[in-house]
Amino acid sequence: MSLGTGIRLADLIAAICFVLALKGLTSPKTARYGNLLGAGGMTLAIAITFATNGLTHFLLIAAAMVIGAVVAVPAARLVKMTAMPQMVAAFNGVGGGAAALIALATFLRAPAGSLAIYQVIEVLLGVIIGSISFSGSCIAFAKLQELMTGRPITYPGQQVWNGIVAVAIFGLGIALCATTANWLVAVVLALALVFGIAFVLPIGGADVPVLISLLNSFTGLAVAASGFVLHSVVLVVAGTLVGASGTLLTHMMSRAMGRSLPNILFSAFGSVITAAGGAEGDTTRSVRSASAEDVAILLSYANKVIVVPGYGLAVAQAQHTIRELADLLEARGIEVIYAIHPVAGRMPGHMNVLLAEANVPYEQLKEMDEANPEFQSADVALVVGANDVVNPAAKNDPSSPIYGMPILAVDEARNIVFMKRSMRPGFAGIDNELLFDPKTTLLFGDAKDSLTKVVAAVKAM
Amino acid sequence: MNGGDILSLITVFVLAAFVGFEVIAKVPSTLHTPLMSGTNAIHGVVLVGAMLVLGTASGATQMTLGFVAVVLATLNVVGGFVVTDRMLEMFKVKRPPKPPADSAGAVASSTEGGAK
Repeated sequence: MSLGTGIRLADLIAAICFVLALKGLTSPKTARYGNLLGAGGMTLAIAITFATNGLTHFLLIAAAMVIGAVVAVPAARLVKMTAMPQMVAAFNGVGGGAAALIALATFLRAPAGSLAIYQVIEVLLGVIIGSISFSGSCIAFAKLQELMTGRPITYPGQQVWNGIVAVAIFGLGIALCATTANWLVAVVLALALVFGIAFVLPIGGADVPVLISLLNSFTGLAVAASGFVLHSVVLVVAGTLVGASGTLLTHMMSRAMGRSLPNILFSAFGSVITAAGGAEGDTTRSVRSASAEDVAILLSYANKVIVVPGYGLAVAQAQHTIRELADLLEARGIEVIYAIHPVAGRMPGHMNVLLAEANVPYEQLKEMDEANPEFQSADVALVVGANDVVNPAAKNDPSSPIYGMPILAVDEARNIVFMKRSMRPGFAGIDNELLFDPKTTLLFGDAKDSLTKVVAAVKAM
Repeated sequence: MNGGDILSLITVFVLAAFVGFEVIAKVPSTLHTPLMSGTNAIHGVVLVGAMLVLGTASGATQMTLGFVAVVLATLNVVGGFVVTDRMLEMFKVKRPPKPPADSAGAVASSTEGGAK
């Protein structure tokens, strides 16, 4: 068996590992095993690449890999669970960047005029999609890390400008097929970077996770394109797998938010004004706030409590405290369940990860469809750091930007307790009518402080 | 590369796209985040391409581009798998603590297997 055949066989095994890894990731039981299998296939694919005929600069390659690993491992190990989405965005962005650089380097290497048109197209796809994914992920990271505002950024003629940039990229791409001038490809790369930024700016913070999923599938396609450039089957297979499954996942996520993908990507234009108008009118209305002791009494004499955890809970690292409270209440014979909105936290499934971290029993976590009928019979709905996912405006107010998003039917519970840091609107930047409802009690403060006080008060009773 | 090669790559592309769609048809929303993170790690295979570019590079520009590509791709692949593993670590099945010593472990797991 020749070396070339060996490499091809190893690539095939790696490709099979990737498919099985994806398959494994679709079920909680096999997910971890699936991920390890993916890592195994990856190790094989990388190791066998060293045996490629004519490959040199081994020391440089090893040095670059060490640098990457030395940065990546601590970053991935130490990142807080709440900061996971932006971490994924960052790792996704650099992958897109690498794909773009590969296509660029291959193009620059070829003697002028030696590339067939389909080869130029392959390079262009790699450069364009990879660059968009890179700069888009950077902005998504900045939005989630709160380095910049999470609100949609809009300016007059935004769509027109984006359109012009897109047309320019397309036009220069065609020109490149004709002339293959080196400077043209640099301009295309720069324009694609600009487009990536411009395309992400108007997307609101709450929608960024869906965007990351979309950019993730973009990077997959960019990797597939660079696979075409390099004639590497394993790159084409893995990139395409991610491109296809990422597209489907993006669709599932946006469906969980009750919105279509075009709506998420392009709806910010105009919606900001409605939201701002609503917020202003409400500043004068009164709300009912209470002390931790009041909340403790309310909870202790309930028969059934439904906890609605949100991102605020995660930020305050209050997962363990909420579980302590739930345990205390259960010891008093009170039924406690957790109602998990599909996009609670900042990504679908994010909240499950966070609560699992605090050892909350899996069977107490109810998905939205299961939880909603339970609210009618609940004495208290305890909303901790969630806002948009319980906002009735999604049901009642067609002018609201979140109109149509499925929400948890918290308003059907007999009493509602909100734990909030302030009256500030949620991540989507919209006011919540429910806060002004007569059966709503507010407990202001950091979620962890508030919960700790409530726990102490329940213990004292 | 001749016309046959590009066609076989396109064949691979189309088939992989179908597999990608089919293989994740039913995912509980609980796993959406780990799945996104896991697919993110898999496109880290771009490292293979980056290695090929750097390993065959000549001249400062090529070397720089290749070197940066390898660093970025390594970030993607290593970070991707580690983050995903950390997320999934939390999904491990929690068994109630068993009072008897280790020897009970095998018995317990075999009864669980039977109950399925």
